[in-house]
Amino acid sequence: MIRPSHFMAVLLFAVFASIVFGITQRETPRRMIRYGLYCFALFVGSAILLSWVMFLIAR
Amino acid sequence: MATTPNKIVAGQDSQQGFVYLPLIAGWLVPGAGHFLLRKWGRGSLIAISILGMFVLGLLMQGKLYTGAQDILDMLGLVGDLGNGLLFVVSRILGLGADQVQVTTGDYGTKFIVVAGLLNVIAAVDAHNLRTGRKPE
Repeated sequence: MIRPSHFMAVLLFAVFASIVFGITQRETPRRMIRYGLYCFALFVGSAILLSWVMFLIAR
Repeated sequence: MATTPNKIVAGQDSQQGFVYLPLIAGWLVPGAGHFLLRKWGRGSLIAISILGMFVLGLLMQGKLYTGAQDILDMLGLVGDLGNGLLFVVSRILGLGADQVQVTTGDYGTKFIVVAGLLNVIAAVDAHNLRTGRKPE
């Protein structure tokens, strides 16, 4: 059994989902890589942003 | 003018055989749809990603949905079924938690469901490549 931190779980989720999104949603390898990186940045960035929003709301 | 017959022949080649084979194979085994189309790199990455998410979900003590008591369970079961044979084999082997008891178990449950949904997307992509809807 493994117990990753919340952020590590976000990173793992973002990596795997971005790979599949990149391959399936774009046609050329170059565009697949760019779209995969874009999705990864959005996944991680939105998680960090929402975490700060929830932190500020909870105070 | 000389290319027209070649295009027709290529179009006929792409329609030969069972068109839904990559879709079904891709659903049952992650990446198999792309392997059938000789897309080794894409198939490997898809297989590693989906298998990785599924195994990590199980290692986090994620729950495998077994029945549909309410609408959320039903949606979870649909997501889990997207994993194809991974779900069936895991159920037979009794893997996965019956109830989520730790925080990471909730993450794991979501990992398993999302792995199934990504597998469906990948299988549909293989089908689109097979039919020519998506250029290779």
